[in-house]
Amino acid sequence: MQHAASPDSPDRINDFVIKLANVNGTGSASANTLLMKSMFRMGIPVMGKNYFPSNIQGLPTWYEIRISRDGYVARSGRIDFMVAMNAETYAKDVKEVSPGGYLLYDSTWPRPALLKRDDITIFGVPLARICNETFQGVRSRILLKNIVYAGVLGALLDIDLDVMRSLLGESYANKKSLLDSNVKALELGYNYAKEHFQCPLPLRVTRMDMTANHILIDGNTAAALGCMYAGATVGAWYPITPSTSLMDGFKSFCQKWRIDPETGKRNYVIVQCEDELAAIGTVIGAAWNGARAFTPTSGPGISLMNEFIGLAYYAEVPAVIFDIQRVGPSTGMPTRTQQCDLMIAAYASHGDTRHVLLFPNSPEECFYMAVHAFDLAERLQTPVFVMSDLDIGMNDWMCPDLKWDDAYAPDRGKVLTKEQLEQIDKFYRYFDKDGDAIPYRTLPGTHPKGAYFTRGSGHTQYGGYTEDSTEYQIVLDRLKRKFDTAKTLVPKAMLDSRGSTSLGLVSLGSCDGAVREALDLLRRRGVQIDYMRVRAFPFGQEVEDFLASRSQVFVVEQNRDAQLRSLLTLETAVEKAKLHSILHYSGLPMSSSVIVDGVLASIPEKRLAVGG
Amino acid sequence: MSFIAKPKIAHPGLPKNELGLTRRDYEGSMSTLCAGCGHDSITAAVIEACWQMSMRPEQLVKLSGIGCSSKTTAYFVSGGHGFNSVHGRMPSIATGAIAANKDLHYIGVSGDGDTLSIGFGQFAHAMRRNLNMLYIVENNGVYGLTKGQFSASADIGSKAKKGEENLQPPIDPVLAALTLGGTFVARSFSGDKEQLVPLIIAGLKHRGFALIDVLSPCVTFNDHEGSTKSYEFVRDHYDEVVHADFVPPAREITAQYAQGDTMPVTMHDGSLILLRKLDPSYDPRHRGQAFNYLRDKLAQNEFVTGLIYIDEKSPDFHEVSGTTATPVNQLPFAKLTPGSKGLEKILSRYR
Repeated sequence: MQHAASPDSPDRINDFVIKLANVNGTGSASANTLLMKSMFRMGIPVMGKNYFPSNIQGLPTWYEIRISRDGYVARSGRIDFMVAMNAETYAKDVKEVSPGGYLLYDSTWPRPALLKRDDITIFGVPLARICNETFQGVRSRILLKNIVYAGVLGALLDIDLDVMRSLLGESYANKKSLLDSNVKALELGYNYAKEHFQCPLPLRVTRMDMTANHILIDGNTAAALGCMYAGATVGAWYPITPSTSLMDGFKSFCQKWRIDPETGKRNYVIVQCEDELAAIGTVIGAAWNGARAFTPTSGPGISLMNEFIGLAYYAEVPAVIFDIQRVGPSTGMPTRTQQCDLMIAAYASHGDTRHVLLFPNSPEECFYMAVHAFDLAERLQTPVFVMSDLDIGMNDWMCPDLKWDDAYAPDRGKVLTKEQLEQIDKFYRYFDKDGDAIPYRTLPGTHPKGAYFTRGSGHTQYGGYTEDSTEYQIVLDRLKRKFDTAKTLVPKAMLDSRGSTSLGLVSLGSCDGAVREALDLLRRRGVQIDYMRVRAFPFGQEVEDFLASRSQVFVVEQNRDAQLRSLLTLETAVEKAKLHSILHYSGLPMSSSVIVDGVLASIPEKRLAVGG
Repeated sequence: MSFIAKPKIAHPGLPKNELGLTRRDYEGSMSTLCAGCGHDSITAAVIEACWQMSMRPEQLVKLSGIGCSSKTTAYFVSGGHGFNSVHGRMPSIATGAIAANKDLHYIGVSGDGDTLSIGFGQFAHAMRRNLNMLYIVENNGVYGLTKGQFSASADIGSKAKKGEENLQPPIDPVLAALTLGGTFVARSFSGDKEQLVPLIIAGLKHRGFALIDVLSPCVTFNDHEGSTKSYEFVRDHYDEVVHADFVPPAREITAQYAQGDTMPVTMHDGSLILLRKLDPSYDPRHRGQAFNYLRDKLAQNEFVTGLIYIDEKSPDFHEVSGTTATPVNQLPFAKLTPGSKGLEKILSRYR
């Protein structure tokens, strides 16, 4: 649906998509990052998406770079330049190129002529032969082939060669021989293209100034940084794609910034547990004992953690859980993205439970929401989920610089000190003293007066065991009121009013980029829709107000069963028939076309007539 | 579980420990277990041990899972925090709690169902981490709260109350601990306080994971003829191999033992555990020998008790983790964040 200019028109400058088809385990990632980062350094907005297999070596993998002078961050849905390095997927890759586009392949070995297309331009470069003639060793020849094609693209797309060289210099600062061979490979590709093809193509880049004060970062790294800045001292986890890089990131930040300078000892503890049950148990044990603790996981881990999450809810123990959502059900597609854990997270565990969820839309929000999650978990004494996904977590996004306010002090919530305990007559763990439904808690080791018995079995507001109906209900009803308090503390929904009185669109998380682009495209077609991005569960009053004031509301999300729509119908007063789902659950990140098509298909023709 | 308040009147003549506290100060709420339950004797032994050690009540953390055994953490040291968690998952709560604050004393109380069935994985991994805690298994071979099913520690041929015979081999927590690298492995009997109290003290003193498997008969569901976990059967078939005596720091060794039969073990705080070998040929530092000795005795229906194996020098969880001396839950926030200046440096990698 994106009717951009024709591929050969001059305005394709800084507005196109490169897709690189590789074999996983061949070192293509560094070449692809080099390409993307060099354009980013030239001031041009870029977005990288990695479509990789659940495998170590030998299976197809793709990397997609969108260059967007307008700063759009979603998938565009078209492919303007295909780098077809994988013989196995070559036929499919050729077919995917948009008419008028380009394809580069390794011409060392011939490719079948029948795959030739007349509507695209095909460049053959003998990448393997160039490497075999220049470099020694099988492994380095395979790795450097990628750098050679990066050089070819550099010439064809007019990427600044000096920028590419300096990026390689940074990567191999301490490895002179590697630097030399990489620069050599880059120049071989660059020069080959200059000699054999007309460079640059109409499809190319020129310098802009849109990336100053921006970074390229993935959401898991940003969340890990948030955990360190929030003062988390205990991280417990069980490795699971696509959350693993969050703990890897936390570990490497801690190794740099959390080592005691005098003793060399660690100001943190990371526990790689035997499973996710133990990981969440460890988090609960640590948080109960006064440490800021977290676990990163994904859908299957959430399923396993359910029992413990219910305990933390009922015994009122803080916990921060990062759910980097992936495709389910069951093992699903571990390396593909979805927003399919909304319902299980919102109501995790048996019995009456409801949990606080945060919905970051980008790595930037992963950073800030990670910090906020710890404050909320300790203030509310309850588990808090940060609902990221594979698209945000593992892809490099362009984000404004992360900022840190040195005046920040963590909100440790209502924890009684030794002095406070000495002054009180008796401590009642689950008593609503302040009327906000949040009780006071104590930490082990503080004072004998603060001692109490934490349990998942029925308890009174004073902390004692009970099987008495009234005593049980007093606590359960207060927990419900505590959820109302949570509404006032969680991040508010973001409103983007575009002047519509009747049409609204609600979405969340990583759909945001596609939604914004789609709304621009729709506006050009005369369709004005107001947009609200929910950023947390429970929903605040602003969500109620938005839904109430629109006659038709599109709900855009990445799962089959319309889980956000379900949550909205369950937890707000909205009339169900008003909510119209636009769903995308292929496992690939959402593109704007899904939304544009979905909206246009359901709007009566008369609306389209307005403003045309 | 307590419906009856326990009167808190103490006789003025009760002996006091170094903190000026009496044994009554280490009690908890009233037990609601069956009259005669072995678990109550273990609770009494824990109270005695904590009193003898002059433990500050608030320094004790009591952790448990689910089951009759797990209820007992409410029945001792009410001045310590307790956490009655979920079935079989107490070791992970312990892992987190110990990660957060390495300076408190941790007692985990579990049962044979909680440890050897639903919680076997967590039990094994807590031991593998060598968490600094005392882990007591109150072992009666039966599920009490659900009324008498066999547990994984039930012996082959042991009979249930209604006559059903157990045909599956038992999982022995002590043999399991020896193979899993346990650094303090003991077995005792709830009816033998003289053996159990010093073992509990030694286990709390041990820096690392101290396991005490305590045979603790279930008077209601497993104390009949034909059961191998009844009072009568255990009394007739337990055999102490190494007796542990705790010698507090700066106190002289007054007891006289036959030369060659005693073995002093210095704990991390400088206190001494004197091991009295009742079988002179037995070596409690030889893991393989201990395993074979136990297995041979088990084949003869004999439960070997006492401090079966000790390795007091193995690094515990925090030593392996390289954790700083201050408990991480007490580190000042300024030490945890690199601030805005640090962030600028960090972000330079992402430009």
